[in-house]
Amino acid sequence: MIVELGHFALVLAALVAIVQMTVPLVGASRQWPGWMAVAEPAAIVQFLLVAFSFGALTYAFVTSDFSLRLVILNSHTAKPMLYKVSGVWGNHEGSMLLWVLILALFGACAAVFGGNLRSSLKARVLAVQSAISVAFYGFILLTSNPFTRQGMPVPMNGEDLNPLLQDPGLAFHPPFLYLGYVGLSMAFSFAIAALLEGKVDAAWGRWVRPWTLAAWLFLTIGIGLGSWWAYYELGWGGFWFWDPVENASFMPWLLATALLHSAIVVEKREALKSWTILLAIMAFGFSLIGTFLVRSGVITSVHAFANDPERGVFILMILAVFMGGALTLYAARASAMEAKGVFGMISRESALVTNNILLAVASFVVFVGTIWPLVAEMAFGRKLSVGAPFFDAAFTPFMVALTAILPVGAMLPWKRGNLRRTMQPLWGVLALSIAGGALVWVMQTGGSMLAPVGFVLATWVTLGSLVDLWTRTGRGDLSSKLRRLRSLPGGDWGKSTAHIGLAITVFGVSGLTAWESEDIRVAYVGERFEHAGYEIELREVHDVQGPNYIATTASMAIYRNGKEIAVQHPEKRVYPVAAMPTTEAGIDNGFWRDIYLVIGDRQSDGGWAVRTYVKPFANWIWAGCIVMGLGGILSLSDRRYRIAAGARQRKSNATGVPAE
Amino acid sequence: MKRLILALLLAAAPALAVTPDEVLDDPALEARAREISKELRCLVCRNENIDESNAELASDLRVLVRERLVEGDTDEQVVDYVVGRYGEYVLLKPTTTGANLILWITGPALLLIAGWVGFGYVRGRRKAPDASATGLNAEEEARLKDLLEE
Repeated sequence: MIVELGHFALVLAALVAIVQMTVPLVGASRQWPGWMAVAEPAAIVQFLLVAFSFGALTYAFVTSDFSLRLVILNSHTAKPMLYKVSGVWGNHEGSMLLWVLILALFGACAAVFGGNLRSSLKARVLAVQSAISVAFYGFILLTSNPFTRQGMPVPMNGEDLNPLLQDPGLAFHPPFLYLGYVGLSMAFSFAIAALLEGKVDAAWGRWVRPWTLAAWLFLTIGIGLGSWWAYYELGWGGFWFWDPVENASFMPWLLATALLHSAIVVEKREALKSWTILLAIMAFGFSLIGTFLVRSGVITSVHAFANDPERGVFILMILAVFMGGALTLYAARASAMEAKGVFGMISRESALVTNNILLAVASFVVFVGTIWPLVAEMAFGRKLSVGAPFFDAAFTPFMVALTAILPVGAMLPWKRGNLRRTMQPLWGVLALSIAGGALVWVMQTGGSMLAPVGFVLATWVTLGSLVDLWTRTGRGDLSSKLRRLRSLPGGDWGKSTAHIGLAITVFGVSGLTAWESEDIRVAYVGERFEHAGYEIELREVHDVQGPNYIATTASMAIYRNGKEIAVQHPEKRVYPVAAMPTTEAGIDNGFWRDIYLVIGDRQSDGGWAVRTYVKPFANWIWAGCIVMGLGGILSLSDRRYRIAAGARQRKSNATGVPAE
Repeated sequence: MKRLILALLLAAAPALAVTPDEVLDDPALEARAREISKELRCLVCRNENIDESNAELASDLRVLVRERLVEGDTDEQVVDYVVGRYGEYVLLKPTTTGANLILWITGPALLLIAGWVGFGYVRGRRKAPDASATGLNAEEEARLKDLLEE
């Protein structure tokens, strides 16, 4: 019964979305307040309906309702509760329901918190947002209905969720990614609404920034979670594979990062308007392309769990309609967006333009690399692969350039700057970074330049960001500077924090890649072996029965200078229902290094194949992602974003808050 | 019986990527083999190189690469040999021949174009624009100012 109600609620939500897509749009163009006002309640009702529908599907998974086909295919009674819940979105149909749930959530948020938007702009934003929803409701109801019943006979048990997905890291990876992907739909809706309105002003820039920031924040966390999961689950400690599905989330991230920065220019300086609009369209466009790549299975990859051509064509149509429509509208209207701000060649504005060029071209390089096998096969009849070595070579230079100019660009003044004056507080930092890099190079006794360069850039960005923060406190003695440091706006703190997060990740990636060491051998129970200054002892190996798997578990002790520092239990698991093996590495996490142990097959002479890795600075990669996310949160907390709340406050209190 | 089946399943679980018996005794040769392996695709896998893959075919390829190296082939000769047998699909780093030039040139070419356009834009912004560029009327301008000064 609940399942039927959920299905019904989904159909109702689609109908509400059709109303929300049309009525406010007509109202906005005719200036009929009553029609425009429909958008707000419609957005809220739509969200409640989808939320109910999603709840109903979750209920079906939790209670293992095997009359639903989706539950049979993706669940099992023996599965732990966490994975019963995450199983809701661990499949194609359910994940699309999550997608529309988040679309509706963002729409409802815009309806509730967008109190200060022009009524016509708000009506248009909500209508465009709803148009995207309508397309995806159609997609779900016509091609991927999660509520399809299984005819008689109903099986006694399900076929289990893909074991690789039964992991806490991956359980929450898709919701975060979707919050990011779909969050960019808000920026898209704002861009289209602005094109329909025919004007983009500083307030538009300010409105669109928190939405982009939120989307970027979720994407950062989602990508970080995915990469962390790959690191500990796939069994050899890789953290990024340039897999098409990873690229699908990375391209929107790069463009969202560019959009974040260009929207600042719109807000502060009323320039770069039409570029920012285009970027907002493209960022969401890449989200849709990502969805297409993943959902259609057009480029086969580890994650593609739906490869039904019908679905692929439907998403391609959604992509074509929205991107085609948006770009046509853009072509017709963009010329009306004249820039207002004037600035010189050396200025914050031009630094941000450079940032945007690097990020946009980098994301396009990733895009071309991702689709090239497809293009080469269709257009040139060549069957080829584009893998990590290509991306490492073609993408890395952009990141090097970006981090190299970052501290200078971040400190250049608006309008017109002076390179010499901006560099003044930075020379010391630059010298220190280069000296540090030289030291690193000497210490590793030559070899790859990767780690020294990574070290220089990371130190340069970190110290540069701190100098930036410190110079913002102005003149005066230490105590007054410290006092002012505390009262700096959230945006300033967020900026420096996010930049430092980037530096930490850059350092983690280069340190791990350059200094990782590995040992492969046959180990015997009770025997110790040495690797990279550690001694490893294989103590015992035995079979274990898990809730829905069986495993071969090893007990391995790690010694340093003869002292035991850790005991790890790497595992080899088999999930009988899905008939699929997985490896669970034993990882001794540390600040400076991870020790990563993997147990393999039993050898004919009674030994066990064992791999031991020492991975320096591995955790820095994800720590950097967390710090970047923290920067995003700090920026979001900036009170300048809460214009509506501020306006209300001012009414109740005539003296108000002091001007900034 | 059930235990037996499970034990069989466990035994059938894939081997580690590089297994100890594959490793060459000569560390220099082994290091070269590893580097070559990272650039070769496991043909039956999805975006995995043969160094990381658990598939049997990847294992065969790893052994093949090592055999060629032991016989004295240079790195290029080994790669050419594998490409000769399996086609350019095995190369994770595409060649720069023919249409692949487009792939490799996209980045630098776009960067040049974008840089040129960006430079032109920034240069254009040095002059004062005409007024009333936002298309806002007086009332909206006032409201905007109000909002931004909060």
